[in-house]
Amino acid sequence: MHQVDLSFTKEITKVEGAATLDISIKAGKVEHCRFGITEFKRFYTQAMRGKPYKTLPSLLARICGTCSNAHLLCSIEACEHALGITPSAQSQLMKHLTMYGLNIRDHALHLYLFALPDMFGKDSFLSFDENIPEQHQILHDAFAIKAAGNYLSIIIAGRSVHAVNPMIGGFLNVPKLEEVAEAIKKLEEIRPAVLRTIKLFADCQYRFDRKTDFMALVSQPFSFLEGEIVTDTGDHIAEKDFRDHLEHTVIPYSQASGYVYKGKSYMVGSLARLNLSKNSLHSKTKESAMEALTRFPSTNIFDNNLAQAIEILHCVDQSLEILHTTKFAKEVLQTPTSTEGIGIGVIEAPRGTLYHKVSIGADGNVIEGEIVVPTGQNQINIEQDMARLIEELLPQNPSAEQLQQELEKLIRAYDPCMSCASHFLKLRIAEAKS
Amino acid sequence: MSILSKSETVTSPAKKLRIGWFTFSCCEDSTIIFTELLNDHWQEWKKLLDIRHARVLQSHNVLDELDVAFVEGALASEEHIRYLKEIRSRSTKLVAVGACAVMGLPSAQRNQFDIKKLAEIQPLLDKFAYLPQVKKLSDVVKVDYIVPGCPMDDRKFLEVLNTALKEFKIVD
Repeated sequence: MHQVDLSFTKEITKVEGAATLDISIKAGKVEHCRFGITEFKRFYTQAMRGKPYKTLPSLLARICGTCSNAHLLCSIEACEHALGITPSAQSQLMKHLTMYGLNIRDHALHLYLFALPDMFGKDSFLSFDENIPEQHQILHDAFAIKAAGNYLSIIIAGRSVHAVNPMIGGFLNVPKLEEVAEAIKKLEEIRPAVLRTIKLFADCQYRFDRKTDFMALVSQPFSFLEGEIVTDTGDHIAEKDFRDHLEHTVIPYSQASGYVYKGKSYMVGSLARLNLSKNSLHSKTKESAMEALTRFPSTNIFDNNLAQAIEILHCVDQSLEILHTTKFAKEVLQTPTSTEGIGIGVIEAPRGTLYHKVSIGADGNVIEGEIVVPTGQNQINIEQDMARLIEELLPQNPSAEQLQQELEKLIRAYDPCMSCASHFLKLRIAEAKS
Repeated sequence: MSILSKSETVTSPAKKLRIGWFTFSCCEDSTIIFTELLNDHWQEWKKLLDIRHARVLQSHNVLDELDVAFVEGALASEEHIRYLKEIRSRSTKLVAVGACAVMGLPSAQRNQFDIKKLAEIQPLLDKFAYLPQVKKLSDVVKVDYIVPGCPMDDRKFLEVLNTALKEFKIVD
């Protein structure tokens, strides 16, 4: 029997935002194991109150840099629902394209810069060796994929971070013909690189099985914006009722609290989406990723990486179809049909289901709002999995460094976003105190 | 089980610009812009930059002697102030990157909260030892260059980086 004594608090790297691992093991027994989010809260829930509603989406985009365009679109949807605005068909297509650009660059950031170094025993993606053909290819693929997603975001949404074109009621600008042609060229060029990315993660041998419930917005065809919320246990929830089904819960071994659904923890994100709706992906994606898709539904948390790689391909294929078949023309913004109301927006952000609720008063100012972010929903699963992984590793008598490395690999597979989560976690603590 | 290979330690050839990238209270949008700038500049920067500290890119981070520290985010705690002063003391030049570092906002939005909103957040401010007022970098340390924008203006960032590369005689 090993009687390991280990205690450390370490900063987690290669994740979005600031977090620590806080582990204490005495005589082979885990005393505590915490995934601590050390981001300082910036109080958007309070700041939004009293603001003119038109300024809300761009304010809430600042909750998070990497997911900013997801917060932007979710807040726009909530405001549009509150004020009875139906976006035009072209606006809806441009919202889809905004999400495709976001997912391509954000998933590629996670897969290449955060997850891949672990798989090659490297500390940094930039230390991959250009003189080794495989690593040379990977370096070039990574930056080409990210750049294509970035370019798509820029021509559609104006910027890849804190976009300026999407407005409540439509888009301020449309892409020029030559920009569309350039985006098509870039997306066609990276398609083989995306297929190589899928193979890279399909070949990865990492495994951590966890039985959990998966939840995602599901529609036919596959969409990051539309549909109803579906669980793998067969429940269907309308967007507007989503929040009513989630309960706050206190995690016994942590200061933090999270959400549960029907008393159980659950997972959102790419793995959940592919587990629930792989059959509604773009037909070309299904054809090209046929073998990798046989892995889903999967309970291996590391398949979240593979799911992200497949989603990049879907975003490329879907974007190409839209860009080839759409003639973009400048439109006027749709105007409100009511002056006040409560609206809910639910979208699939890169890391999972994102919920924004807003209440707008007759004076045009925000009365109050609520936001539920993906990392908040995955929080309980992450901490439970960390505890189980430590127990599995302890018989091998690991060093603190090995334990940290293995835990970080697992946490990275969830692709948590601490900028978003800080918004969520400490809010719960505030409620617990009051 | 793979652990960090020792060969991955950051090396320090004399001809590279030793930089660090640090983040305080913000949404990390400028970090994302930096990773997007890598798309076009990674080959060049691999040769020119010795990235000694960047949590988003690597696990092995050292804060010893830096030519240039790029710092994003505003200061929300005493620990932030202490750490920023440490970064300042170890860096020849310090660059404030993005709106929160340069102007404090939007991270400092609570500085303008009314009494009702402040009362709501006060228990949190106390519990986690937040500063009474969020500060911009220049409130606490000398800032040599600024890259404003929310997110940072990428052209201005490249301008500042190129200035530093010349100043430290990495390029002519």
